[in-house]
Amino acid sequence: MLVIDNLTKRYSTGDLAVDNVSLSVPAGQVVGLIGPSGAGKSSLIRCVNRLVEPSGGSIKLNGLDLSRLSRGALGQARRRMGMIFQEYALVDRLTVMENVLSGRLGYVGFWRSYLRRFPQSDIDRAFVVLERVGLLDHIDKRADALSGGQRQRVGIARALVQEPDLLLVDEPTASLDPKTSRQIMRLIVEICAERGLAAIVNIHDVALAQMFVQRIVGLRKGAIVFDGPPDGLTPEALTEIYGAEDWAATISKAQEDDEAETGLPDKTLASA
Amino acid sequence: MSAISRRWTPPPLIANRALRYGVYAGLCLYLLVAFSTIEFNWTRMSEGAARAGNLFAGFLRPDFTSRWDDIEAGLLESLTMTVTSTIVGIILSIPFGIGAARNIAPAPVYAFCRAFIAVARSLQEVIIAIFLVVLFGFGPFAGFLTLAFATIGFLAKLLAEDIEDCDPAPLEAIRATGAGWWQVLAYAILPQVAPRLIGLSLYRVDINFRESAVVGIVGAGGIGATLNTAMDRYEFDSAAAILLIIIGIVLACEYASGFIRAKVQ
Amino acid sequence: MPVSLSRDGDRHWKRRTSRAEWLRFAGWLALVMLFIFTWRVMTQDTIWAFVLDAPRQAADIGSRMWPPRWSYMSALWKPLWDTINMATLGTLLAVILAVPVAFLTARNTTPSVVFVRPVALLVIVSSRSINALIWALLLVTILGPGVLAGVIAIALRSVGFIAKLLYEAIEEINIEPVEAIRATGASAPQVLAWGIWPQITPAFAGISVFRWDINIREATVLGLVGAGGIGVNLESSMNTLAWPQVTLILIVILATVIVSEWVSAKIRHALL
Repeated sequence: MLVIDNLTKRYSTGDLAVDNVSLSVPAGQVVGLIGPSGAGKSSLIRCVNRLVEPSGGSIKLNGLDLSRLSRGALGQARRRMGMIFQEYALVDRLTVMENVLSGRLGYVGFWRSYLRRFPQSDIDRAFVVLERVGLLDHIDKRADALSGGQRQRVGIARALVQEPDLLLVDEPTASLDPKTSRQIMRLIVEICAERGLAAIVNIHDVALAQMFVQRIVGLRKGAIVFDGPPDGLTPEALTEIYGAEDWAATISKAQEDDEAETGLPDKTLASA
Repeated sequence: MSAISRRWTPPPLIANRALRYGVYAGLCLYLLVAFSTIEFNWTRMSEGAARAGNLFAGFLRPDFTSRWDDIEAGLLESLTMTVTSTIVGIILSIPFGIGAARNIAPAPVYAFCRAFIAVARSLQEVIIAIFLVVLFGFGPFAGFLTLAFATIGFLAKLLAEDIEDCDPAPLEAIRATGAGWWQVLAYAILPQVAPRLIGLSLYRVDINFRESAVVGIVGAGGIGATLNTAMDRYEFDSAAAILLIIIGIVLACEYASGFIRAKVQ
Repeated sequence: MPVSLSRDGDRHWKRRTSRAEWLRFAGWLALVMLFIFTWRVMTQDTIWAFVLDAPRQAADIGSRMWPPRWSYMSALWKPLWDTINMATLGTLLAVILAVPVAFLTARNTTPSVVFVRPVALLVIVSSRSINALIWALLLVTILGPGVLAGVIAIALRSVGFIAKLLYEAIEEINIEPVEAIRATGASAPQVLAWGIWPQITPAFAGISVFRWDINIREATVLGLVGAGGIGVNLESSMNTLAWPQVTLILIVILATVIVSEWVSAKIRHALL
């Protein structure tokens, strides 16, 4: 469904952030993107919806070549891709409902959206996603009045209300505590399964990635050095991606933490 | 999932309905009334249109030469007024600023300094200039006093606020060593307020130059007098030249202060 | 803070290096000399006899100014109303003009950093450099005496002030929410209205109210050149040497400025 072909990004400073990456993501698959800082994970994700302009290569979403689109057509194509950010990227002074509705801006004209006269169908969609992420009681609260986990769920709702084909997720848990991180990851993966969404999840916590995603792609210096299932991540593979480290000790400690946590009911989501 | 369609409207700015309509109605009413007090004298304005055209044309061919002597004299007065008044103003604003800071000044000193600052800030510079011209005669000396007075009001208030907002911890620490009042000032307060004071002083140089171009209209020296004369004589090209000079100097001031601030930081 | 070794082996500490100390000394010396030089140039035509006579003059005028003629108050209400209107309508006009100028100046929203931004900066500097009184002088020559000249004079002066502070606020916004709104497929005006404007609304309101407060003070003197307001009464009272009236006018001006400053501080405090 998403086919990335020989994607390259060289910044004006000369840095080669993405080095000839080719990747194919079928519908419904959640891909975890791991790698050290500066490996190009963020650049890669932002090249897909052209928040960062690629230097070369092509990106095809359901056959449509995104890299060739004009500004107007790009806006329409972006509606099909929902993005979730590390620092939540919410508009702090707007309410939860307004932040979620901003996901529909690509579908609604300027004046209708400015006067907050969204079509009832969009409002219905918003209520559905807000219920799914468990924030129905908070819709008229200002975004900056929420906790980190709640804010990320608003970010997820905003991406979902677009009814996208693809989720681009940029380090969704980097600003969250470990327990909330797991809840958010669980939520994302469940939603993708429910709706048959493909997703590329940029994640720095390897243990978290292994727990939740179906396929792991490892980047090092802008190039793919690993592509396989989570249990294929042997210490050798990790060394290939990150460099030398006592991987056995690091991973097993994280797994023990998680085993102590399993068994919590889903209702705890609402209190995150 | 609920199948019933739920309505949503954004929460209004003012929750209380009566208050909201009252405020909006009041604002509309005010705007209507205020606008109606403006007299649009169309005949006068159409006459003035020709003059506006001349003024605009003056900007395109500004005349620096025919009145150059007057312009030079006025400019010199403005620049010298700016320098002297800013320096004196900065020096005097320090005692007034310290005296107006609630956390370190005794009550009667505080009251006096605050009152002085309030008067200096509330009256527009031109009004002060008029009085000082009456007292001290025409010329840049009155302008110097006006701007120095205004500078004290401006800087002393901000200095006092800075001192009041000071982090009390270093103050307590220095006091605890047994230091005297002056030492607390020098070691605990001054380092905290000095950077901002420098920035504000540079800003005040800019303001004082612009004001020095204005007080001349009431006789307190500076290029304002030259401008007033040019306008009275309808010599728009000379007036335009003066305005362009003012803009140029303000631009230069801005660059210089940005440069100095970067160096000092 | 340098430490140096002296010849007898003891360590000495000075606050600055010798070179830095010399530079500071030279700097102070230059400043003192600049002051003396400019002082002499400035006061070369000053008639010191007048200056020394000033205290006597002050006492003389002081006695004539007190007590104020309270009965004159009835003639001041309309001019005071005019003054407040000039300030308010002028600020309103300036706000409407300053917003587009600010967006054209800010590095992150200007259509062209090379062509449009310098022009917008020039507009701001020109507006800022020329005081309201000078603008009023020009406008009275063109439009004739009256409140209209005053309103426009205030507006022309305030555009630069508001636009400068506003564009600095625009340049400091958080880029992430803006990226997020773009990623939903929103058009450029929608990105402005949903991503940028909510972030600068508090700054915008604070700056406008602040300038309104300053404009009240500016508007009091515009009448001196014929642009309406209480300055006209001041001019005529001084010309007829009606000192008790002058005192009343000054008291009214003082009271108005103090009230407007209190109102402005309250509103800005509520916005924080």
